[in-house]
Formats: sequence, C-alpha cells, structure tokens
Amino acid sequence: MSGPLSGFGVVLARDLRLAFRRPGEMANPLLFFILITAIFPLGLSPEPELLRAVAPGILWGAALLSSLLALDLLFGSDYEDGSLEQLVLSGHSLPVLVLAKTTAHWVVSALPLVVVAPLLASALYLPQEAWGTLMLGLLIGTPTLSLLGAMGAALTTGLGTGSALLSLLVLPLATPILIFGARGVDLAAQGMDPVGPLYLLAAILFLALSLLPLAIAAAVRISLD
Amino acid sequence: MLSDFLHMGGYAGYVWGSFGLTAAVLLINLVGAKRQFKQRLAFVRRRMAAEDKT
Amino acid sequence: MWKSFHQFASPPHFYRLAGYLIPWFGVAALILILVGTYGGLVLAPADYQQGDGFRIIYVHVPSATMSLAAYTLMATAAGIGLIWRIKLAHAVAAAAAPIGASFTFLALATGSLWGKPMWGTWWAWDARLTSELILLFLFLGYMSLRAANDDTGKADRASGLLAVVGVVNVPIIHYSVEWWNSLHQGATIIKLGEPAITGDMLWPLLTMMVGFGCYFATVLMIRARSQVLQRERNSRWLKDL
Repeated sequence: MSGPLSGFGVVLARDLRLAFRRPGEMANPLLFFILITAIFPLGLSPEPELLRAVAPGILWGAALLSSLLALDLLFGSDYEDGSLEQLVLSGHSLPVLVLAKTTAHWVVSALPLVVVAPLLASALYLPQEAWGTLMLGLLIGTPTLSLLGAMGAALTTGLGTGSALLSLLVLPLATPILIFGARGVDLAAQGMDPVGPLYLLAAILFLALSLLPLAIAAAVRISLD
Repeated sequence: MLSDFLHMGGYAGYVWGSFGLTAAVLLINLVGAKRQFKQRLAFVRRRMAAEDKT
Repeated sequence: MWKSFHQFASPPHFYRLAGYLIPWFGVAALILILVGTYGGLVLAPADYQQGDGFRIIYVHVPSATMSLAAYTLMATAAGIGLIWRIKLAHAVAAAAAPIGASFTFLALATGSLWGKPMWGTWWAWDARLTSELILLFLFLGYMSLRAANDDTGKADRASGLLAVVGVVNVPIIHYSVEWWNSLHQGATIIKLGEPAITGDMLWPLLTMMVGFGCYFATVLMIRARSQVLQRERNSRWLKDL
C-alpha cells in the first residue's frame, strides 16, 4: 500500500482494536458525560424552566470536559512501549498517522456522546427541535476538540505532569467550540435558525483538520527527543 | 484644589487603586528581571573565573 | 541581508546590542509614562458620563493592548525559532511570557476596578475582560509547559509550538467572545469601552501606550539577556564580559 494516506487505515484499525479490548476504559468518557450532566439538576433544581435554559451550556460543557478524559491514553501507552517511536520511524507521513490515531480516539470517546446526547437533552427538558442541532453540532465540534486534545496530549506525553497541565493547555483553545456549539443548540431550542454557529463550527473543523495534524506530528517528534 | 484632585470625583479608590497597582506590578517586573540578570551574570563570572584557574 | 540577520541572531551580538539599548528604552519608558500619567490624571477633562472614573483607561487600555502585543511577539519569536532553529528567538519568546502575563493580569485587575463603579460589580462578562481571562490562561499554559520540560531545547520547541497554535486561535477566540457577548449583553451593562474621546483625552492615552511599549521592550531585553546568559553559560565569549 502506498500513497499519501498509506498507514492511515492500519493505524486506525489497530487503535480501534486495542480500544475495544478494554471496554471499561472505552466507557469512561461516556459515563463521565452522563455523570456531569446529572450533577447539574442535583445542584441547581429539577425545575424544567431553569434546566431548559441552561441545558445547551451544560451539555456542551460536559462534552468538552469528557473529551479531555481519555487523552493521556492517546499517546501514553504507545510512548511507554516504544510503538510511538516505531510510528515515527515507519516512513509513513507522520501527520497522517497521528490523524488516524486521533480519529480512532474520537470514534471511541466522542462518537458515543453524540449518540446518547438526545437522551440527556430530554432529561434536561431541551425541546425536541433542538436535538438534531445538538447531535450535528457535537458531530462536527467534537473532532476539533479531539484534535486540540491530541496536540495537548502529544505536548505533555512523557512529562509525567498528569492531566492538570493538559487541561490548562487545551481548555482555553477550545472555548470557541463551546461558544458556537452551545449557541447553536440555544438558537434551535428557541425555534430559530441555528445554521450560523454550525457553519462556524464546520469552518473551524476544516481549519483544525488542515493544520493540527502537522502540529500534533511536530509535538510527537518533540516529545520523543 | 489638591483634595479635589485626590478625591477624583468620588472614584478615588478605583482610580488611585488602578494606577497604584499598575505602578507596583510594573516595578516588581522590572526589579525582578534586573535581579535575575545580576544573579546569572554573577554566576557566569564565578564560573569563568573558576575555569581560568584550572 | 541574510548574513546580517544571522549576525544579529548571534547571542554575543544580541547581548551587547541589548545592553546598549536597554537604558535608552528605559529612560523613554519612564518619561513617557510619567507624562502620560500627568496628562491622564490632571490635564484630561473628566468624561461627561463616567466622570473621573474613566481615567482608569490610561492604565487599562495600554495593559490590554500590550498583553496582546506580547502574546503576538512571543508566538512570532517562537515561530522564527522553530522554523530557522534560532535559539535566540526562543530566548526572546521565553522572556516575553512572564511580562505578557503581568500585563494580562493588570488588564483584568484594572478592568475590574473600572467595572465596580460602572456596573456595580467587580466582574462582568464583558467581551474584553473575558478575552483577557482566556489570554491569561494561554500565557499560564505556555509558562507551565516550559516549566514542565527539564531540557531547555525541548521546552523551547514544545512551548513554541503551543504558542504558534495559540496565536492562530487568538483571533477565533476573540471573535467568538465578542459574538457571544453581543448576544447575551441585553440592556444591563454599559460596555467597558472608550468613552467618546476628545483630543485632550487621547494624547495621554497614546503617550501611555508608547510608554508601555518602551517599558515592555526594556524588561524584555533584560529578561532575554538573562536567558542568553543561562543558555550560553559554557560559551567562550562570556569570558570577555
């Protein structure tokens, strides 16, 4: 197999297979997502009016935090057993390979959130008209979160600093996604057209897809030095 | 006249607080940078002197 | 041109040039800031709406401007360092971060002191304050990443990469926060903006901004010289100091 995308499928399949072997770890971001969402009604009040108003922010905030959760696994174990170095030396284009790893990570940790989001939305009394926007927004917003997270993970791999530094690096960069994503859901819930924020999310995704794999690859090279 | 000026139309605490805080932070930055520079210069000089002896 | 570029980027040359320039910029900063403060506190008339409270802009706006300038300069220097592998550029980027973080802190603190009489609360989710808060976290992230790397070369490249990604993101953050703020603002608060400004209010502000710029250059060069001393501690040229 050759061409610029060679290696993408192999790495993607390998990472997915590895992830499915540890279903417990796979379920963590999803459980975390549900847990955070459940904490707010307990802390605020079960009043539908209030929950409906804050639901977009809660759901998107929970998605943002969940996306940080499994990031240390992204490069951590590969770094320790040396397979990350093998990837770098494999002769394939490293940005493509890290994109494959990030994609696998997104499929495992973010895609389930998209699927259960309507369930949680209904628990927060978000009107049904907004569910589609929520799912679509998460679908095009969480890949950017995964890419930003992968860059943070690559920069902190091997430092032994834990997830606090990772969150400090990633969360400020991820604020636009939170703003546009939550605003889209908010607009849809009020019966307005949410297409503007969704376009912005898509634009940011294309920017992230074209630039961040290069940055992630560079970060992996730096942390292997 | 002077007390009017110091009074700042009732905003004294806010205006003088802002200017005072700014002056303090700018000074601390300058002094800290200078002190760090002097320490490192002294360190380098000691090291070079020690090297010359050996 | 290329030769002089590399000559400038040589640590001994930079060290000497900065040593020569620092007093000039320092004196200019002192004079400009004193004149601007006098102009802002004494000569400028009170604002018809905000009274004497508006005088806080003379420290708030220059701090906010310099915080953004510092981040841009830091990321530019880091980018130059990454692309052409110039260690001096990394030294400048590392030197800029703490000063930029101080300016960001000042913009937040003075904005809060300005907001209290204007809004009746120490903090409002004003667009500029919110952007500054995120910028503060960007600076702190950069400095923490540097601190977490023991090896200077690795710290340079890792933090430099973060700064470059950050500077691409800054306009997006800025725009998204402005947009978010304009949607949710409602009729509750006056924007923390420059009041309708007249000439005798404007010149002290511009003087302060240039003064803050000279101050930034002064401290930046002092810190960059410290960085050079630390990085070059085994070099022969230090013997001639």
